[in-house]
Amino acid sequence: MNQHRIVAALRTVLPERCVLHREEDTRPYECDGLTLYRQLPMVVVLPEEERQVAQVLQLCHAHAVPVVARGAGTGLSGSALPHASGVLLSMAKFNRIRNIDPLGRTATVEPGVRNLAISEAASVHRLYYAPDPSSQIACTIGGNVAENSGGVHCLKYGLTVHNVLRLRALTMSGEAVEFGSTALDSPGLDLLAVAIGSEGMLAVTTEVTVRLVPLPQLARCIMASFAQVTDACHAVAALIAAGIIPAGLEMLDQAASRLVEPFAHAGYDLDAAAVLLCESDGTPEEVEAEIEHMSAVLRDSHATRVQVSGDEAERLRFWAGRKNAFPAAGRAAPAYYCMDGTIPRRHLAQMLLAIQAMERKYRLQCPNVFHAGDGNLHPLILFDDSDPDSVARAEAFGAEILEQTIQLGGTISGEHGIGVEKLDQMCAQFDRPTLDAFIAIKHAFDPSGLLNPGKVIPTLHRCGEYGKRHARLEQAQFPELPRF
Amino acid sequence: MEPALAQLAERIRAAAAAHEKLRIRAGGSKDFYGHTPHGAPLDPRAVSGVVSYQPTELALAVRCGTPLAEVETLLDSQQQMLAFEPPHFGAAATIGGCIACGLAGPRRAAAGYAYGGVRDFVLGAKLLDGRAQLLSFGGMVMKNVAGFDAARLLAGSLGTLGVIVEVALKVVPKQPVELTLQFDLDEATALRQLNTWGGQPLPLSASAWYDQTLWVRLSGSAAAVNAARKRLGGTPASEDAGSGLWRSLREQQHPFFEGATPLWRISLPPAAPPLNFEVPQLIEWGGALRWVGTRQPAAAIRERARQLGGHATLFRGGDHAAAVFTPLAPELLAIHRRLRTHFDPAGVFDGGRLYPELDRANSAG
Repeated sequence: MNQHRIVAALRTVLPERCVLHREEDTRPYECDGLTLYRQLPMVVVLPEEERQVAQVLQLCHAHAVPVVARGAGTGLSGSALPHASGVLLSMAKFNRIRNIDPLGRTATVEPGVRNLAISEAASVHRLYYAPDPSSQIACTIGGNVAENSGGVHCLKYGLTVHNVLRLRALTMSGEAVEFGSTALDSPGLDLLAVAIGSEGMLAVTTEVTVRLVPLPQLARCIMASFAQVTDACHAVAALIAAGIIPAGLEMLDQAASRLVEPFAHAGYDLDAAAVLLCESDGTPEEVEAEIEHMSAVLRDSHATRVQVSGDEAERLRFWAGRKNAFPAAGRAAPAYYCMDGTIPRRHLAQMLLAIQAMERKYRLQCPNVFHAGDGNLHPLILFDDSDPDSVARAEAFGAEILEQTIQLGGTISGEHGIGVEKLDQMCAQFDRPTLDAFIAIKHAFDPSGLLNPGKVIPTLHRCGEYGKRHARLEQAQFPELPRF
Repeated sequence: MEPALAQLAERIRAAAAAHEKLRIRAGGSKDFYGHTPHGAPLDPRAVSGVVSYQPTELALAVRCGTPLAEVETLLDSQQQMLAFEPPHFGAAATIGGCIACGLAGPRRAAAGYAYGGVRDFVLGAKLLDGRAQLLSFGGMVMKNVAGFDAARLLAGSLGTLGVIVEVALKVVPKQPVELTLQFDLDEATALRQLNTWGGQPLPLSASAWYDQTLWVRLSGSAAAVNAARKRLGGTPASEDAGSGLWRSLREQQHPFFEGATPLWRISLPPAAPPLNFEVPQLIEWGGALRWVGTRQPAAAIRERARQLGGHATLFRGGDHAAAVFTPLAPELLAIHRRLRTHFDPAGVFDGGRLYPELDRANSAG
């Protein structure tokens, strides 16, 4: 269907202000947070009611027009990259909090509500929504559902999948479905678990009910320095072995500390080979006991300095550097390539040492700042995007890190998603029968295959070509936002 | 493929070729659960043993035929546990059956890091599907968004998608101190109290209300448990009485579960008001799980559960040839059918254990 006809058809179900088709209007939607991939959609729609979303879907279904749903567009893997001959469905206008139930501890919200706005609205009841991706001031809950977003606190409080109770959604044919409920389980197969993290390929979310948890009375953070990266990695294992699940457990290597300190003034020990941030939250009694226990374990693990936040301002200052690594990297080099693999924790030291060797091999810097407690790494390869040789070395560097990730029993994406960015590496992580099962799951929810086609699951042909092409580079939109 | 797995695959292929139906059955400890099973038993217990367990990874990979008790003993030796406190319902229970049934015990609604049901702790799984293909979903790491989260889909799938031959689970540290407190409260007051406490930073790890008595379990550091005890009041139970109570609830050996009256499992939003069925009732999970013994017609029970935002399952007793689980909305049933068609195109596995319609669809098409 050509643009003229689809625009005319969409205007029969949407007010004129909700249909954008001129290039200057659709240009802002050409990419998400992964700006390397850009594609103008044929048309952008911004419906205002669920009924309109259903009508758009029915219309597109009837005319075999692909649909790509989009939240705030902060995603980092191109899941919301538009389709050239498709409709880009922005859910931005669905930004109302429908209900907060303080006794039942749930919030029911529209998908375009920002992650942080839920916690802000719940705070009068001393409750909050636990998953806190670093982009939480901008990213929406609909996008979090699509990506199964994590955050610093997910080690203790779980990912999006552990904190969403119910989704209302529309299938590609415009039928309303409900996955999950405000009860703790639902009859039949757990379709909710599959819908979360499905990168907008199974259904379009129109309402989300999340679980709220009590705000901890107190949180304190330990900043521990280590003379060796391996000591810091062993300290992570030692904390877990001691039966402690910190509220957050993050690591910065020396390169990362030196990168962010001038920017964030967090007070990091710049002589340390690695800094661990280890948080405890709960009641004052719990926190006091846990901080003491954590400090002892860190000292036993050869920490050279252990500093506990004295007040909330100091705690936030400890975190400021961690949360500003992305913008700091943007200042330090013309471009950077952010990786996102997860490996078993016991291989952290080995991986970091391997990355150090790769820095020498590819003559590029690669600071590491990451979710140590989850084993979720975010190596930041700094390079010069105006120098083709530097670009080529960065690509090879990234590919080698991903290869190593898979070899160590890890995964190519811990939290940023596959989108279009990591389609090739899917061929390396999964065999064909498993990839075919993903296709079958897609088909079970969307037999037409029109919802966000071409993402997440590589075709047979693509896997055949894998290896002949280079990894793609990632550059971030919204460089001012704290990330990962 | 190793021999035990290859044998299982061969049996599946042969059954598919002969249009034979198989019911996956290991220890048979949960034979009562779901619709009346059909087909020749397929015993996967030869696929057994721990594949990988590193306590500092908080992750365990184990083959399906491994006894649940063995898994728990292993974890206990490292002061770790399965957070969802699964019921065994017999010494023969295996980890594969535990995952396939997807049933969680008293700790399901715990505060903090132990919160969640079976699916919340599944990190990965290997499945022998109806074509005898070995599929490998997820992995051993805590955070993994590569591909659809199909491993979690297998928790509670009752064997309808294939044999879960291996599962990787997130495990958690055992909490050092546990204390059970007892309160005399009527049902409505107990429900309100549980939900009010649920919104406060308290180390609640289980609750049960029965016959005008409410019990709550606190789990955590000594400091946390002592502080909470002072705040909540109530009468502390001895350690033995406390652990005995939670074990009897988990395994349904509590006196409430005696007798031949059909037992209904009613899953509701935790703050839902009393069911008002005028029959014996036991409440767990902070109000979210209500066990009811009644001979009332299924339709009336289901309607009341639906009104309150939940669903009802005929758990034990009664007629398991009739509807056991709350019927699915047509769109959801269609998704179930299409999933079945891919994972088990020949209808080898007993899809009717979950919904008889899943097998009728297959035989029709």
